[in-house]
Amino acid sequence: MTLLDVKNLDKRYASGGRVVTALDGVSLTLSAGETLGLAGASGSGKSTLARVLTRLVPADAGTVHFGGEDWLALSGGELRRRRAGMQMVFQDVLGAFNPRATVGSVIEDPLRIHDIVPKAERGREVAMLLDRVGLPAAYAARSIRDVSGGQRQRIAIARAIASRPALIVLDEAVSALDVSLREKVLELLVALQEERGIAYLFVSHDLAVLAAVSHRIAIMDAGRIVESGPAAEVIGNPKSPAARALVGAVPRLIGQEDRNAV
Amino acid sequence: MTALCEIRQLAVTYRGETMPALKGIDLDILGGERLAIIGESGSGKSTFARALAGLLPDGAAVAGSLRWSTGQPRAGRDIGFVFQDPSASLNPVLTVGEQVAEGARRHLGLSRRQGEARALEMLERVHIPDPAKALHAFPHQLSGGQRQRVAIAAALAARPGLLIADEPTSALDMVVQAEIVTLLDELVREGGMTLVFVTHDIALASGFADRVAIFRDGMLVETGATGTVLAKPQAAYTAALIASHRDLATPPLIREAGR
Repeated sequence: MTLLDVKNLDKRYASGGRVVTALDGVSLTLSAGETLGLAGASGSGKSTLARVLTRLVPADAGTVHFGGEDWLALSGGELRRRRAGMQMVFQDVLGAFNPRATVGSVIEDPLRIHDIVPKAERGREVAMLLDRVGLPAAYAARSIRDVSGGQRQRIAIARAIASRPALIVLDEAVSALDVSLREKVLELLVALQEERGIAYLFVSHDLAVLAAVSHRIAIMDAGRIVESGPAAEVIGNPKSPAARALVGAVPRLIGQEDRNAV
Repeated sequence: MTALCEIRQLAVTYRGETMPALKGIDLDILGGERLAIIGESGSGKSTFARALAGLLPDGAAVAGSLRWSTGQPRAGRDIGFVFQDPSASLNPVLTVGEQVAEGARRHLGLSRRQGEARALEMLERVHIPDPAKALHAFPHQLSGGQRQRVAIAAALAARPGLLIADEPTSALDMVVQAEIVTLLDELVREGGMTLVFVTHDIALASGFADRVAIFRDGMLVETGATGTVLAKPQAAYTAALIASHRDLATPPLIREAGR
């Protein structure tokens, strides 16, 4: 079932007297429970696409249907309500949170705003969500500033799943994490997808991360999707120069070649 | 190779902190080698780089010794330093040419015109397109990757024997990262320099480093030739770092990927 259907999105920015084409006729589809990895170098337009889809910036042209609805036509209270279905997680989670907030309030916000559970059950739901992302319930009382980067990313995921979304847009969501933490967060995301059937649009410049979690991969370059297909195909046989550059740029452990030769 | 710098029992504690950021470090830096300092957040790897370069902030308590075979080096003249974020390390109100020339003029005693010629030469060496035009550009007019090339040109303009690069590619995308690493490798080879490359990415380091030093929680966990450490890590932590590396040959986490 097609969950997200994007057609011919255009977006231009004026930057220092020049016009930058961030999105140029971008079309893509995403099924329920599927992960589409969106790869590209800096300035390829991938983050702009994430921002247009999450309605943080308007598109100049094109259409987006999400769950069959005209997503770009929604506004006001209607848009706020529907946002429950499409959540996002960014790289810099601290910047996305009110610095005075507690962990509990950060996760409780979507429960309240979208009226997910009755007020009396919110505390228990927060505890359950914390537990689901691997954090003790007692963390609810902590300041968001007093948790580590890896824990904060788990809290962002707990908040994103709180409103029971069909889609989560992840923009470089694990790029700032140490490798050992990164692997655990990727495992968590995959487990949540299997449990809840969440679809992910996973934006990253790191093809190795996308290869771990994506069913399909699309490559962006200069505002356009230049290549897309099943993850194994795009990685194994990249055709566009942009895809080849991304594949070639992934560092390999030299001296460890036989590790993965099974 | 002889030791360029013998580091013994180096410890650093920042002002206002009770826990040392670095403790008990014994390490030799060999002349002409490419040494990768590898560690995760809080490992002390950047503190080590700054201690080596004499760039620790005021009030940092330093214990132990750094014995240089060349005599006490001067930052900028004998040691070039490349920071993670070129947007922060470059001065936004100076032209690219002025910043690249600055170190060369100060340390090599060049005139303004000679400094500009040296800057042009350095911009060519770091493969900035249209270097004559780039001389007069300001940092914000360049991409992140080009800015890092300029920062490298500035760090090398006074012909230092040692280049310390502290996570020089972490703020860049992977394609640009690969280009910058290739560039550093090339420049260090050509110039016969010593390179200390600080990174969180053991795979990135494995591509060009002669030796690796693994840091964790302010301590040196393991050091050795890159191939040896990767093939036979002695410390459990090193083995865990290697195991958590992910590249395109690593099996995916999702089930139905068909690979």
